Amino acid sequence: MSEKEMQVQRKQEVQQAGEPTKPERYFVPAVDIYESEDAVHLRAEMPGVDKEGVEINLENDTLTIKGFKGANGGKEERVLLREFETGHYLRRFTMAETIDQNKIEATMADGLLTLVLPKVEPARPRKIEVKSAA
Amino acid sequence: MAIMRFYDQPVFRNPWADFERMRMEFDTLFRGLGSEAARGGTTVFPALNVSEDQHNIYVRAEIPGVGAADLEIGVEGDTLTIKGERRGRELGDQVSCHRREIESGHFSRALTLPTRVNPEEVTAASKNGILLITLPKAEEVKPRKIAVKTS
Repeated sequence: MSEKEMQVQRKQEVQQAGEPTKPERYFVPAVDIYESEDAVHLRAEMPGVDKEGVEINLENDTLTIKGFKGANGGKEERVLLREFETGHYLRRFTMAETIDQNKIEATMADGLLTLVLPKVEPARPRKIEVKSAA
Repeated sequence: MAIMRFYDQPVFRNPWADFERMRMEFDTLFRGLGSEAARGGTTVFPALNVSEDQHNIYVRAEIPGVGAADLEIGVEGDTLTIKGERRGRELGDQVSCHRREIESGHFSRALTLPTRVNPEEVTAASKNGILLITLPKAEEVKPRKIAVKTS
């Protein structure tokens, strides 16, 4: 796996329903999602986004990840070669699993967001006793 | 006058040969259209943005998840090389993968710089997954103001 030469993955722009008022660009971050017994793990590539620029929202089974990129380089610079576009990041997922909202953990390191979404413990079977009317 | 002997001609001449040749030429013409290389992009990781100001050349690359220890940057003459490795994460046994979009592996890329640089003072910094290489231009290629003397 690690012997493979890496290829550039072209960034895809988010196709939004509504047009934003600001002329900003949103891209779809590449993600890895895997599920273990007790949690759903997610990694998202968001280069240029620092810890403060991440916004995670879980509402009605919809997980929204937003990353706001800081300012670009100096103003005086003249572009010689442009192979990648820069912008903010946005991606939404519909979660199939029930997630414990209070225990979501997120870390950001080297432009890589790591999310751990713990699953809610399965509802315990409850025995209902039927009382007989005396 | 050129003499054309009878046996220079092929024994059987395919009447569609010219059309066949034309089709092949069209194929080569359109082959590159859909690919990245034809659109001015690149397929070699990492993609680079290069800019310059009066004193420096700046090379930026998006390499999220690659630590400074896994990077190797060199300057040789007017060629900049970026090498590195992105490690994949080891997953446990009791894990099922839903999506795998983040690639891991080795990468290496060389770039010919537009001007000569001072290799002694090249610096590289990685912040939030963006690598910024600052290459100071060599003294002889920096713009110089020439004062006009009046006699």
